[in-house]
Amino acid sequence: MATTALTGRPRPLLRWKQPSVIPGFGLTLGFALTYLSLIVLIPLVALILRPVDMGFAGFWHAVSAPRVLASLKISFGAALLAAIINAFFGLIVAWVLVRYRFPMKRFVDALVDLPFALPTAVAGIALTGIYAPNGWIGRFFEPLGIKLAFTPLGIVIALIFISLPFVVRTIQPVLQDFDAEFEDAAASLGATRWQTFLMVILPSIAPALLTGFALAFARAVGEYGSVIFIAGNMPMVSEVAPLLIVTKLEQYDYAGASAIAIVMLCFSFLILLAVNRLQRHLSRHRERVA
Amino acid sequence: MIRRISPATLNVRSEPAWLRILLIAVSVSFIVVMLVLPLISVFTEALAKGFAPYLATIADSDALAAIRLTLLVAVIAVPLNLVFGLCAAWAVAKFDFRGKSLLITLIDLPFSVSPVISGLIYVLLFGARGWLGPVLDEYGIKIIFTVTGLVLATIFVTFPFIARELIPLMLEQGSEEEEAAISLGAGGLQTFLRVTLPNVAWGLLYGVLLCNARAMGEFGAVSVVSGHIRGKTNTVPLHVEILYNEYDFVGAFAVASLLALLALVTLVCKSLLEWKFGDRLAGGAKH
Amino acid sequence: MTRLRMVLGGIFGAAVLATAQLTGPPALAETSLLNVSYDPTRELYKAYNEAFAKHWKATTGEDVTIESSHGGSGKQARSVIDGLEADVVTLALAYDIDEISTQGGLIDPAWQKRLPDNSTPYTSTIVFLVRKGNPKNIKDWPDLVKNDVQVITPNPKTSGGARWNYLAAWGYALKANNGDEAKAKEFIGQLFKHVPVLDTGARGATTTFVQRGIGDVLIAWENEAFLALKELGKDQFELVVPSMSILAEPPVAVVDKIADKHGTRKVAEAYLQYLYSPEGQEIAAQNYYRPRDPKVAEKYASSFPKVSLFTIDEFGGWQNAQKTHFADGGVFDQIYQPQ
Repeated sequence: MATTALTGRPRPLLRWKQPSVIPGFGLTLGFALTYLSLIVLIPLVALILRPVDMGFAGFWHAVSAPRVLASLKISFGAALLAAIINAFFGLIVAWVLVRYRFPMKRFVDALVDLPFALPTAVAGIALTGIYAPNGWIGRFFEPLGIKLAFTPLGIVIALIFISLPFVVRTIQPVLQDFDAEFEDAAASLGATRWQTFLMVILPSIAPALLTGFALAFARAVGEYGSVIFIAGNMPMVSEVAPLLIVTKLEQYDYAGASAIAIVMLCFSFLILLAVNRLQRHLSRHRERVA
Repeated sequence: MIRRISPATLNVRSEPAWLRILLIAVSVSFIVVMLVLPLISVFTEALAKGFAPYLATIADSDALAAIRLTLLVAVIAVPLNLVFGLCAAWAVAKFDFRGKSLLITLIDLPFSVSPVISGLIYVLLFGARGWLGPVLDEYGIKIIFTVTGLVLATIFVTFPFIARELIPLMLEQGSEEEEAAISLGAGGLQTFLRVTLPNVAWGLLYGVLLCNARAMGEFGAVSVVSGHIRGKTNTVPLHVEILYNEYDFVGAFAVASLLALLALVTLVCKSLLEWKFGDRLAGGAKH
Repeated sequence: MTRLRMVLGGIFGAAVLATAQLTGPPALAETSLLNVSYDPTRELYKAYNEAFAKHWKATTGEDVTIESSHGGSGKQARSVIDGLEADVVTLALAYDIDEISTQGGLIDPAWQKRLPDNSTPYTSTIVFLVRKGNPKNIKDWPDLVKNDVQVITPNPKTSGGARWNYLAAWGYALKANNGDEAKAKEFIGQLFKHVPVLDTGARGATTTFVQRGIGDVLIAWENEAFLALKELGKDQFELVVPSMSILAEPPVAVVDKIADKHGTRKVAEAYLQYLYSPEGQEIAAQNYYRPRDPKVAEKYASSFPKVSLFTIDEFGGWQNAQKTHFADGGVFDQIYQPQ
């Protein structure tokens, strides 16, 4: 391309911003940061400052209780499982929606957004109805001795439901935008279809897949509304961390609630940060290859 | 260069028929089990007693007030997030600067904040015993338990949607086209409108639709900052909860089905836009 | 720090005022009252609000509109503390109103003395709802811990009603074992081993029992059990009254600071006092709450089964009960502590 010379410049290490001919950096970043601060950062600081008066010992006591640890394990474990399942099926769904034609495709495409539009509480109630022992699906598992609703499995089901669109909708635009010439090139060089997918297509959509996975995971970790209906909420077994936050609030223990919230927030933040760095690394790598 | 004949091109770009059918079958069954069944159950419950009670619930004055409020909240929250999303995506995708990963992560953060917490933070900040609450109270400004609180919580929850839709797309596209436009003498705004916007139009549209759907459907965070007063600070999802708690299951699912219908209306909007601007947008998106 | 707060306050304030312009001014012409209440009183206050508005118009000639907000008792109390401007609160337990008084400083600490009967105009108790025909033959508290019986009750840490359930069971066990606390604790531990699902609220538990078909017995407020029978089918469930239960006393109070700020003290006080009038008591009884007024109680005597009742005083009041049983590390937590 004609402009490759512009992007191929060396990166000085000490500069915090690369020079660019494109205008609007100050304006857009400035607005983004202001808005981010007002809506997200300042309120979160209020949250983080809350447990200060309980001291570190109190903070530690609040978050290291066996029940809190168990609930964190359940929240993160179920969210991880749900995100993995969604990454796999979400990729297939996105692929099918972008690449293939089949009857009712538009309808299927629209359905993907459903978990966003349906209030989480409604989703929880509907899913519980379906997977309860007397529900449409639950009744087939009941004779096998498998309980879906009111067990940790129920939590995973609810989390798959609420976080599926994140994976599909992150991959879809990138896949749509993918330049088919690369595929032709790979094929003309003798690559099989599977090789083309693994070596050409997958690396190109990997950043999006990773983002989708991370977003699905992050969204699932904190879910409350749908989970409480289907989880059974048994302490140590199927009690999620957000429920413990609510429990603490019911006792007017704002500091304790904030303490658990902060732990969850830190974990999610670190996971998201790691994924975003990896994603940037991947796309930068690709940029250089291209 | 001699162009290949098109059947051959098609062939290298697609999979064997059995695999295609298998993949379609897998996705459709996954969608059916995970999404269609809940949707059907919502409508079965809603219509359990026939059409008349269904319509009566929706036409109820409290339900209408809830719908109005939900629309109002979305109308304020979505455009604000739209402007933010475009600014953030432009800054992140077109420039290289330190702390970029951190910025992206901070944008993602509201996704990972439990809805319980996203309501709580505004209570901690603006509540009567909150950090800023007492100061604002002196000016007679109330945020929590008013429409403003609902708008704030909704903005928070839907904060990343548009930005997150645009960022990977714009990163993937790089900035060569914009640089070319600028070097050919185009202004910043002109470049944005003529080069960038057509390229990201689909992503932007998705983002807005998702943001809107989520804004209307949010329950957890809104529940914390709403006073739950019928006809005043009840959004549609909260109204669903009220009806459900009154053992009015038909009513609850009837109102909930409105939000499910929203997803279908989204489909119509998308198809209409695709049909009307298909050439221009497809041209931009697929080169 | 203070300056920072002022500046931030200014920014947010300006933003809010701008939004307020968009959303239009609040329409508040006539007198209005906000009653912040708990979940099971929806039907009661729907009827009562109408009756009171009529009564107020007839006695003073003034119009008054009453708005109600319902939710979990603890959550509602917290909303009031955090700034939900309730003129009156009508909650599930005195502990929650105490918290509004101590944490929020919005109510006179002596609030419970201001109205008759400890400011509880109506009462209820805790009963069992079983499936039609009572297949597991559940008659009294000990039957709940028999081998294969599954019990549905919400989580006492998140539901006010569940706390009454818990204390009713505890009180029974204490009396049955001549005040032996260790035995009572064992009984409660046994009981919760029979609970397969802990819902967060009383209405959620009812739904789990009724709609999902889970459990053999639901422990519930008497008024909730009656309502569930009426709304969800008399042909499927039966009410079982245990030999002994707790007198559940849901209290009411005027939120002093807010009522004074709104200038609604007079109407707010009248609103609560009217609950004690024969008309108010009738409405309570019709909505399955046990009336305090002896005459009304006699009239509805046949609707309410006789049961031997003990009160919260057995536990040394709500503050004590809360600390011993429901606070972090309390008796309830110990049940689920891994051994």
